[in-house]
Amino acid sequence: MNIVVNGEQREADEPLTVAQLLETLHLRSEQVAVEINLKILDRGDFLNWNLHDGDKVEVLSFIGGGSPT
Amino acid sequence: MNQDPLIIAGRTFHSRLWVGTGKYQNFEETRKAIEASGADVVTVAVRRVNITDNKSENLLDYLDPKKYTILPNTAGCYTVEDAVRYSRLARAAGVSDLVKLEVIGDERTLFPDTAGLIEAAKILIAEGFVVLPYTNDDPIVAKKLVDIGCPAVMPLAAPIGSGLGIRNPYNLKIIMETVNVPVIVDAGVGTASDAALAMEYGADAVLMNTAIAGAKDPLMMATAMRYAVDAGRLAYRAGRIPRKLYATASSPIEGML
Repeated sequence: MNIVVNGEQREADEPLTVAQLLETLHLRSEQVAVEINLKILDRGDFLNWNLHDGDKVEVLSFIGGGSPT
Repeated sequence: MNQDPLIIAGRTFHSRLWVGTGKYQNFEETRKAIEASGADVVTVAVRRVNITDNKSENLLDYLDPKKYTILPNTAGCYTVEDAVRYSRLARAAGVSDLVKLEVIGDERTLFPDTAGLIEAAKILIAEGFVVLPYTNDDPIVAKKLVDIGCPAVMPLAAPIGSGLGIRNPYNLKIIMETVNVPVIVDAGVGTASDAALAMEYGADAVLMNTAIAGAKDPLMMATAMRYAVDAGRLAYRAGRIPRKLYATASSPIEGML
């Protein structure tokens, strides 16, 4: 299947859960937020949430910021 | 100063200096500057993670969440929709309902779009967020933000990153007298005296980023800001003498030859 992660096209084998995707990206689930097709997931759903062909995935985290640049 | 905690929405903070985490050379410098500042609230932004570089580090590896309250902002959001979306993402990425809400109105000044700010705040408060709004030095808007349920307001001293200091002290004072919640002066501080002045006027805290991160020696400036905020707060509580046009001798006349 083809999914878009943070704006980049990626090919992935099904089935693929959000938790598995984060693992391949070397990301820790407790440090990120995941939005799929504009729906924000609960962290508790990462383990069982299956991604589907055409899904648009956004993975976000906290970065340095204050008064913005 | 520990006898003088800042309490917002049931949360107790011991430092009245809050700091941003942007514009530092690296995470290690960020960590050291924050430690030097003594801040216990640090603001962060929410952005896409770098998925192409597996070795990229995470800011949270450098900020112990037991030691610091992480305050996500919605910096860079120019619409109500974006600010609400980023707030929800921040809550999903973090552990709390706190958000420093910014709805920016204009790229050149980064002044808040206060109409959008009130609208976004209403939506988020209904969803259970603790909304700390970055607002203009406008007492009417500050009052409206408190009326809809913001537990503090964060008026600017001057445009973000400008270092101009407090441009409208009288409006800030009116805000402090008008609202019955903590007032955190946010943005525009340039150097230690600006921070001290804000606290002397009666601000409950000061939030800054560029003034520290952009200094030639950020660690030294972080220390200076810590002292300035403490000094300003103590002076405010101690109560300054009234201004008079003419001298009043400090030494007694009696006993002179």
